[in-house]
Amino acid sequence: SAISLPPELNDWEEVSPALFPTAIANDREPAPRSSRALPLSCCCLVADVTQRQPRSAVRPPPALGPSSGCGFLMSVVVHGDLALSEQEKELNQRLRSLYPAVNEQETPLPRSWSPKDKFSYIGLSQNNLRVHYKGHGKTPKDAASVRATHPIPAACGVYYFEVKIISKGRDGYMGIGLSAQGVNMNRLPGWDKHSYGYHGDDGHSFCSSGTGQPYGPTFTTGDVIGCCVNLINNTCFYTKNGHSLGIAFTDLPPNLYPTVGLQTPGEVVDANFGQHPFVFDIEDYMREWRTKIQAQIDRFPIGEREGEWQAMIQKMVASYLVHHSYCATAEAFAKSTDQAVHEELASIKNRQKIQKLVLSGRMGEAIETTQQLYPSLLERNSDLLFMLKVRQFIEMVNGTDSEVRCLGGRSPKSQDSYPGSPRLFNSPVHKASSSQTYQTSFDSNYCNGVSSSKGHTLAHSHKSCPPTIPSPEPGVLNGSRGQQTNVSTEVEMEVDHFSNGVSESSSNGFLNGSSTHGIDLEECDADMEVDSAQSKRQLCGGSQAAIERMIQFGRELQSMSEHLRRERGKNSANKKMLKDAFSLLAYSDPWNSPVGYQLDSIQREPVCSTLNSAILETHNLPKQPPLALAVGQAAQCLSLMARTGSGSCAFASVDDYLH
Amino acid sequence: KCLFHTEGLFKPEKKKKKNFDMKNAVIGNNRQKANLIVLGAVPRLLYLLQQSSSSLELRTECAVVLGSLSMGTENNIKSLVDCHIIPALLQGLLCSDLIFIEACLRCLRTIFISPVTPVQLLYTDPTVIPHLMSLLSRSQHTQEYITQIFAHCCKTPEHQTVLFNHGAIQNIAPLLISPSYKVRMQALKCFSVLAYENAQVSMTLVNVLVDGEQLSQVFVRMMQRDKPIEMQLTAAKCLTYMCRAGAIRTDDNCIVLKTLPCLVRMCSKERLLEERVEGAETLAYLMEPDIELQRIASVTDHLVSMLADYFKYPSSVSAITDIKRLDHDLKHAHELRQAAFKLYASLGSNDEDIRKKITETENMMDRIVSGLSESSIKVRLAAVRCLHSLSRSVQQLRTSFHDHAVWKPLMKLLQNAPDEVLVMASSTLCNLLLEFSPSKEPILESGVIELLCSLTQSDSPALRVNGIWALMNMAFQADQKVKVEIVQALGTEQLFRLLSDPDTNVLMKTLGLLRNLLSTRPHIDQIMSSHGKQIMQAVTLILEGEHSIEVKEQTLCILANIADGNTAKELIMTNDDMLQKIKYYMGHSNVKLQLAATFCISNLIWNEEDGSQERQDKLREMGFVDILHKLTQASDPNLCDRAKTAMQQYLA
Repeated sequence: SAISLPPELNDWEEVSPALFPTAIANDREPAPRSSRALPLSCCCLVADVTQRQPRSAVRPPPALGPSSGCGFLMSVVVHGDLALSEQEKELNQRLRSLYPAVNEQETPLPRSWSPKDKFSYIGLSQNNLRVHYKGHGKTPKDAASVRATHPIPAACGVYYFEVKIISKGRDGYMGIGLSAQGVNMNRLPGWDKHSYGYHGDDGHSFCSSGTGQPYGPTFTTGDVIGCCVNLINNTCFYTKNGHSLGIAFTDLPPNLYPTVGLQTPGEVVDANFGQHPFVFDIEDYMREWRTKIQAQIDRFPIGEREGEWQAMIQKMVASYLVHHSYCATAEAFAKSTDQAVHEELASIKNRQKIQKLVLSGRMGEAIETTQQLYPSLLERNSDLLFMLKVRQFIEMVNGTDSEVRCLGGRSPKSQDSYPGSPRLFNSPVHKASSSQTYQTSFDSNYCNGVSSSKGHTLAHSHKSCPPTIPSPEPGVLNGSRGQQTNVSTEVEMEVDHFSNGVSESSSNGFLNGSSTHGIDLEECDADMEVDSAQSKRQLCGGSQAAIERMIQFGRELQSMSEHLRRERGKNSANKKMLKDAFSLLAYSDPWNSPVGYQLDSIQREPVCSTLNSAILETHNLPKQPPLALAVGQAAQCLSLMARTGSGSCAFASVDDYLH
Repeated sequence: KCLFHTEGLFKPEKKKKKNFDMKNAVIGNNRQKANLIVLGAVPRLLYLLQQSSSSLELRTECAVVLGSLSMGTENNIKSLVDCHIIPALLQGLLCSDLIFIEACLRCLRTIFISPVTPVQLLYTDPTVIPHLMSLLSRSQHTQEYITQIFAHCCKTPEHQTVLFNHGAIQNIAPLLISPSYKVRMQALKCFSVLAYENAQVSMTLVNVLVDGEQLSQVFVRMMQRDKPIEMQLTAAKCLTYMCRAGAIRTDDNCIVLKTLPCLVRMCSKERLLEERVEGAETLAYLMEPDIELQRIASVTDHLVSMLADYFKYPSSVSAITDIKRLDHDLKHAHELRQAAFKLYASLGSNDEDIRKKITETENMMDRIVSGLSESSIKVRLAAVRCLHSLSRSVQQLRTSFHDHAVWKPLMKLLQNAPDEVLVMASSTLCNLLLEFSPSKEPILESGVIELLCSLTQSDSPALRVNGIWALMNMAFQADQKVKVEIVQALGTEQLFRLLSDPDTNVLMKTLGLLRNLLSTRPHIDQIMSSHGKQIMQAVTLILEGEHSIEVKEQTLCILANIADGNTAKELIMTNDDMLQKIKYYMGHSNVKLQLAATFCISNLIWNEEDGSQERQDKLREMGFVDILHKLTQASDPNLCDRAKTAMQQYLA
């Protein structure tokens, strides 16, 4: 018969004809598991890895931290370890920035797979980051898993790791997930209680059960699978090649370990615990949760009764101001908020005066004034007196103490005034004039930004702030604005106090007391002059008489130390203090010596703080202002949350609220 | 009771005081606003505003009061617009005083963002737009108001062009990093309306730098998850529009890893209903043409099941607990459903696995079926789009489509539907009429032929294509009865009119219909005996005309089918002109045409049929054997085979 052209069906929209048979064939059949054999080269690779493993095991551990000279040497000798330590550095850096709230002393972060916590069919290589299967892989009984070295700390808030499928091996029965300590390792993650996994062959999620739930796409060679644990709402989601696949598990228990499991020969996966940038943008997800937690804090209901909260805050601010003797501000604040000050103004002023002296390095005068105003204080507290005297000795070496200064030594300006907080704000350091007379007047009038007779207060003209400094909100500290002579950044500096004051006894809250930074041209000139002056700093300001006085004072100090030891027994703190101070004389240039830090004016702060607290105690006032106490308690509370598994502590850093 | 005496406004010494009173009295009080308008305060205020002799302070106060009045009801705005407030305020912008300008702009902003104000009023005076551009540098307030006006009044490609030509991009781009959130947000909105379906704007946008950073990167930053949802969503829209306009590739990271996930997040349950609607619609638009994006979206954050949630409004809980919530839910229920349908349609438009996933979503087919008969036209359209997308799957046509008898509501929808619905519905019908579709039979029985024939007479090319296409599919391997019915219902006149249709698609599908009609020998002979003359004429016309290779190939195939008929062949054999044409195409440079022409000859000289000897002789005389001989050396194996088979007829 003649051949008639077939009638056509070609116009069927956008479905290629080739689709017909497959579409129909797939109709009722389950998706076939790929049975492609592992390419030979891949097998070789695996074998190679296995052989190499012992070698990598004897490799010295990578040097921790950049300062380790040993690590540096090794990196030169062993080729390739340079890259290793670079990777280590990158890892540490990334983990620090991702999980700043984690205290690794207490809860170390997972950095690799554990060579101890694995089934025997699992092989590890490449610094315990690569996992390969070395069992028979005949039945599910041959499944094998490995856990990371450490569980995920709750203080991560949000934790994330990625696994790259290097080879799907024979069948690609790979599971990526989480498991608790002690869960059987002869299994894939997800099959048992407290075990959770996402499997590559079928894309199912396994939530402590042998049967999976449809969850996501399958995954295979070349794919990067990420696992994210949200420790705030105890959920977990996975990512594939940077795309979030949605929540897989809820109600997760605490202390889970990153886990992978393999089941057939040839399967190889690499972990990324932060060694490399992640494919998925986990920082963005964390940003969302940080915002959520912070909004929760901001909206937290406070006190039912009107004004109660405000009154409490005002009290705390007032007591803080009083504690640190910002008397003018305290007075103005108390007046405007209608509060009573629980300490006499005169007393505050006295403390302020002493603090000012300590912070400007004039220890002799400070001790004298203390003895005058609080006659019995130092008598009763000989350790304190000793500490003050040691400081006085240091200030003599420095050339700043009044006793050596009046002996004609030139005034080393750089040490003379308190240099604000240049490491934070880079603000111009206040300079005194080179004229001695002016110096004096400056000290009495300006040195303390709070107490000057002109009534300067803590707040300052914002206009005069350097542009780089964020303009503080004119809030409670708002006193007399527009005092052009009194330009500084004290409002920010308070931050510094809070953060430091909490963690350690060292407090630089007194910063405020003396930092007055002018930023006019003249000041800048002075600044430059100082730089040159610093290079020619001389012992005790360069005066022979002063040096003699210093030596003499040293001897007195030595005998005082001996006297103390006889009377009150050994005191290692005192001993060390004295030793360190005397060590200054062992160097031709004490400022640039290993013990030179003592000469830094920042070291005056703890001394000042201790003295202030001691004075307050004699008045039955708290050693610490309630504000600092509250901040400390908040920080303590956060570390407690971390320990008890509340992930939200990750996004509630106290520092974030001190601005 | 009215507290004011508008007469006061006419006495100069009282003006300011009166204005002041008025301002305070109307703020937040819609009734007082209406009262003032009724009492005729607006013309008076406008008069004072325009008097250059009035003090600036007074003029500013007038603008403020007018601004306050415009904050009232839509009726207030209508009255204000009727009083020609817009030209007056625009005139006011020429003043140099910033405070006054800001007051005018604030009022203009409020008026222009109202749905009752015709946006065209912004463009009537050609000097307005450039002046507004120049005012952008004056203050944050002018920036906020002007960008907000632009964002609301850019509704057509013409508006886009006007704004673009007056430097909207250069002037507004720096505002994206303004310290004011409102300014940033309004500037962003401007870009989203400017870039929508506008290649010129989009192409320009990708090359814009803001503070040394590419604009697309600025948008990516605005999509960060800690940014306000409104900002994330609008930035995602900007990138979507730029991508769809061809300015950004669909595989660009800023689309694949940023925009798409952002839009999926907008569909989540945590978002407001409005945001979910916008998110779904934008996402549907973004991935419509790209199968890779569809695949990624289909596995992102359980999108397919997340969308199922869009159908649960108003929820049963809201009905009981909260009347306000119920009201809110009801208001958005339609929008949610149509957005979900749109997104499903887009998701399933190319990938078989995704279609399967969608139809397996809870009650999906039922939802589509009920969506097809919803009162809201938007929902019906979206539902039929979704159905159309799923109808591209053989498996679904065979299973779920048949199980749910979707053809019934679809047929109903085809009656008296607006054109846009009709296009989608008829297109879906085409797929349902495919040979293997179990729905084909019942549809035929429902008397669809008439309807389809009427579609071929539509003014809309899309409807004509769909009508003829459906007929073509219907004629595929159909009974003689159906074929006759089609020819009768369509009428040869209409058939030949369609063969000269200006739309190539219509022409192609009509030829396809002819080809399907002219299959199996008895059918060929029967149709050719009744319509042979016209068909041969049409074929001649097309072969002589300026048509694409595909059209000509299809026509030659029809000729080959005619050559297969018993009696029909004579129509070719007796037509020397036609034989010359076949000869010409056998020597054509295009293999497809050569092949089709050779087919035709091969059928004509086939041995076992009556009169084959005469035909062979005649064709040999005309030189066909030489051509066939030459073609046996052809490099194309198909053509070569075909020519050899034909040659064998001579040898036998």
